[in-house]
Amino acid sequence: MSKKMHITMTVNGKEEEFLAEPRELLIYTLRERLNITGPHIGCETSHCGACTVTIGGKSVKACTMFVAQADGADITTIEGIGGPDDLHPLQTAFKEHHGLQCGYCTPGMITRATKLLEENPNPTEEEIRFGMAGNLCRCTGYQNIVKSIQAAAAEMAAAKEAAE
Amino acid sequence: MIPAAFAYYRPTDMAGVISLLQEHGDDARVMAGGHSLIPMMKLRMADVPHLIDLQAVGGLSGIAIGSGGIRIGAMVTQSEIIDDDALSAAAPILREAALQIADPQVRNMGTVGGNVANGDPGNDMPGLMQCLDATFSLIGPDGVRDVPARAFYEAAYMTARGDEEVLTAVTIPLPAGGYAYEKQKRKIGDYATAAAAVQIVKDGDICTAASIAMTNLSDTPIFSEAAGAALIGTSVDDAALQAATDAMQGDIDPSEDNRGPVAFKKHVAGVVLRRAIARAWSRA
Repeated sequence: MSKKMHITMTVNGKEEEFLAEPRELLIYTLRERLNITGPHIGCETSHCGACTVTIGGKSVKACTMFVAQADGADITTIEGIGGPDDLHPLQTAFKEHHGLQCGYCTPGMITRATKLLEENPNPTEEEIRFGMAGNLCRCTGYQNIVKSIQAAAAEMAAAKEAAE
Repeated sequence: MIPAAFAYYRPTDMAGVISLLQEHGDDARVMAGGHSLIPMMKLRMADVPHLIDLQAVGGLSGIAIGSGGIRIGAMVTQSEIIDDDALSAAAPILREAALQIADPQVRNMGTVGGNVANGDPGNDMPGLMQCLDATFSLIGPDGVRDVPARAFYEAAYMTARGDEEVLTAVTIPLPAGGYAYEKQKRKIGDYATAAAAVQIVKDGDICTAASIAMTNLSDTPIFSEAAGAALIGTSVDDAALQAATDAMQGDIDPSEDNRGPVAFKKHVAGVVLRRAIARAWSRA
C-alpha cells in the first residue's frame, strides 16, 4: 500500500475532499467514493468512452486518469449537465430521437456531445461522427445518436437566437 | 485493472523533476498525458514505483513558429496541434497525422512529448518526426542536449534518452512542398497496421527532395532514406512509385501480431506509401 494523499476536487460544482491512494482511477473515485454513478465503466481501456467526464473544459476518459492527477481539478459529469426535472437539450433530444437503447453508453455520449457542440455548435453529420469517435455504442448503430445531436444543436441554436 | 501502488509527485519546476529522477533512477518515470503509460501500468506491464507528473512544470507547453523552424513543447497535446491554425499553415502534415491518432478524448490528454519519448513503435509521431528531420531536446543533470529524431530510437521502448533525462521540446525545420500522412488502422483508436509520412518537393515536373518514414513496421520507426532517394530526379511516375516502395520494403521488418501476418503488413505498407506519395505529390 502506498501512502494516501490528501485530495481536493470540485465535482459538479461541489467541493470534495478525501484521502486516497494515488493509484485510484478517477472513474472509481467518482462512482465508488463519491457515489456519482452516471459515468460508467465500459472497457476500462480508454476505448469505449462510457466513463467520459469534462475536466478543465475538456472531454476526458476517467478510466485513464489517476485520482492524484485530478487533485485540484474541476470536473463535470452527466449529473452536472441536467437532471430529471431540468433535462439538457441533448438529453431531451436523445429521448425524443431514440438516441439510446440499453442506455449504458448514454452518459458518456451526452457528456462528450456537450463539449462537441461547444467546440462546433452546428456540426455536419461527418463532424459529429468524427467528434464522437471516442464513444462506442453497441445498440443503436449510431444513426439515431447522430440525429439526436443534430436535433439538440438546432434546438440550442434556436434557443440562443431567441435569447438574443 | 488496478495498477501497482506508487508514490506520486507533482513538482513545479524542472529542477524538482531532475532531482527526483536522480534520487530514484529507473524506479521513476515522468508522465505527461499518461495515455501510453497509464494503460501499461493498469496491465502491470509497466512498474513505476515513483511517478512524476509533469502537469505543473512550466516551460513545456506552447507552439512557437519562427523563420528557423517550429518548436513544440513536450506537453502540447494532440488536440492543441489540431487546433493551432498557424501550425497547420506552416506544417500541415502535423495536423493531418494528429487527426488520425486515437479519438477526441485521448487527444485532449495525449501529448507530443509523451508520444515521441515513449518509444512505442505503434505511436505515430516518432515516424512523422523522422520524416520532418525533427530534433528532440533533452534536459538532465548534466544540462541540455539535442538528439535528432532519426538517431533517437534504438528498439521498442528503448531510446537515446537517459534515465535521468526529460524530453522537453521538439524542433522541426520548416517543411517545404507537398505532404501526406497515410495510416491504415482497424478502427478508430487503434495503432497503425502500417502508416507512412511523406514530405516531397517538386520543381517543374521533377521531384527534387523527398523524405519518407514508416510507422509500426519494425520495433522502431523507419526513416527510409532509400525510398526518398528513389523519387528524387523522377516525375514520380509509376516506375518511381514502384522503386520507392521496393526500397521501403527493404528497410522495414514487420512482425506478425493481431493486426496480421508479415506478408499482409508488407502489402499494407506498400499501399499506404503509394497513397501517401501520390497525395503529397498532388499537393507539392
